[in-house]
Amino acid sequence: MHRTVTWSLLGAALCCTSMLVVAAEKPDPLGDVAASFKARGQAGMDRLERNPMQQACSQPTSAEPPVDEANEIRSGAQKRVRPPSNGQYLGDWKAGETIAQTGKGMQYSDDPAEPNGDNCYACHQMASSEIAYGTLGPSLAQYGKLRGNSNAILEYTWSRLWDSHIYNVCSHMPRFGDAGILTEQQLKDVMAYLFDPASPVNQ
Amino acid sequence: MKMKNGLFAALAWVTLAALNVPAAAVAQDAGDDIFAQYREMFGDDNPAELIELQGEDLWSQTRGPKKASLEQCDLGLGPGKLDGAYARLPRYFADTKRVMDLETRLIHCMVTLQGFAEKDLVAKPFSGRGDQPSDLEALSAFIAGRSRGTPIEVSQAHAQERAAYERGKAFFFYRAGPHDFSCATCHSQSGKRIRLQALPNLTEAADARKAYATWPGYRISEGTVRTMEWRMGDCARQQRLPELQFGSDIAIGLITYLGVMANGEPMNAPGLKR
Amino acid sequence: MASPMRIRAKTTDGVTEVKALMSHPMETGMRKDADGKPIPAHYITEVTATHNDKLVLHAYWGPAVSQNPFLNFRFKGGAAGDTVTIKWVDNQGESQSEQTALT
Repeated sequence: MHRTVTWSLLGAALCCTSMLVVAAEKPDPLGDVAASFKARGQAGMDRLERNPMQQACSQPTSAEPPVDEANEIRSGAQKRVRPPSNGQYLGDWKAGETIAQTGKGMQYSDDPAEPNGDNCYACHQMASSEIAYGTLGPSLAQYGKLRGNSNAILEYTWSRLWDSHIYNVCSHMPRFGDAGILTEQQLKDVMAYLFDPASPVNQ
Repeated sequence: MKMKNGLFAALAWVTLAALNVPAAAVAQDAGDDIFAQYREMFGDDNPAELIELQGEDLWSQTRGPKKASLEQCDLGLGPGKLDGAYARLPRYFADTKRVMDLETRLIHCMVTLQGFAEKDLVAKPFSGRGDQPSDLEALSAFIAGRSRGTPIEVSQAHAQERAAYERGKAFFFYRAGPHDFSCATCHSQSGKRIRLQALPNLTEAADARKAYATWPGYRISEGTVRTMEWRMGDCARQQRLPELQFGSDIAIGLITYLGVMANGEPMNAPGLKR
Repeated sequence: MASPMRIRAKTTDGVTEVKALMSHPMETGMRKDADGKPIPAHYITEVTATHNDKLVLHAYWGPAVSQNPFLNFRFKGGAAGDTVTIKWVDNQGESQSEQTALT
């Protein structure tokens, strides 16, 4: 009787311990992501490594990350914004239009020597004369006309382009400044496309 | 000259846009209506129909070092059983002990039955834009066509099938790369479009079913038939990621996830796409 | 052109429907290559289709037709076993002809 009880207790202890071990090591459903990819052209394997924002925003639900994590992401993003080096926010709207219309840049099929586009029209309405626009993002029609060009709005728009996550922690919009997609001059040109009274966006 | 409604409508919209009619009037129609009418004008004129014939030839042709046809290839329903096979892929195969989609299973058959070398087959599985379809594309069109009308039934009975689904689902939401794109960036909201291309919400059955059921498809912009493995790889490229490998765990995982999301929908492939 | 033209011809209730997928670059002559040199025009100029040696379609094409043209047309008559032949000629003097049996 004693022996049976001892063996039962021992068995139960072993069983529970192994269950604990299994619970702690629940495997990540993703497995080894890198094993499914190969570096090509300008797209290196480092692109699969996720920064804290990307990790936090990889959830299947549309729920935002916990408040503390969200605040850390937002404030970190805000700190990294680099305003234009000469204090001038606006460049050439004609160059900005080309950038807004260009969808290429940073794919392994793209020539890294060519300037990147920012593909605004993939997601946004901009100039009313352009009907081939996407609806993933809000309309930017009449952007400058509706908002004026106070320093506050210029700063806000620049930081939106730089890193939209400051304002929307899991924004779908790429970080055109923070991720180095556009150069400072290109960002100024896109700003001009948005703000210049002569720009088609404001007609 | 009598113009079809679709053309007239398209011209009307372009004129309206030039006259600065408020965006809302143009917005909804520009994405879906024009292309729905365009597709209607095609009727059943799908060039893929002729590529299916090409695939049928390849299926019964004696080829490779072993001088054999693919007619004994087991796509999950038994050797040579084609009707309804595509609707049940990807699935776990006991002989290879892994989950395989149509394309990896075809490669397997071309290696084991016909004696081709795998590395040669996967080096360039897809044709270039405007080229003649590759063997894999033609065979995929043919085999998918043999599942026309069959309800999609991607199994989750085996543990590996469930693991593939979970892997695909987790990767669907994996934000990475310089643009922070995941599949979900474009495919997790309803009623949205990129430029003028409507984006199916693949996280919901309604859109997911219609989307999956029409792949593989003749893609007009590519001038040839394109398959699911091609589609996964091309999305990854546009997400600014490194190259997604043909037949990899993530590729098959994604296709499994999307297939399971589409379960119940009658297959309607090869489809016709822009 | 190395790749064969694929033709399918089916008769239903006295009407034959013919579908053909041709292999041709249909280069307009307006494009330039990576070095900026114009790519020479190369497109189908004429298509003829015959049913048992009787002409049923004669078309003049030009650079507006896309790469790898897909042709679909119908004609009255035809019975299983008859022959349909499609031939094209292009602006560079090349041609291809292919035939199929009606089903």
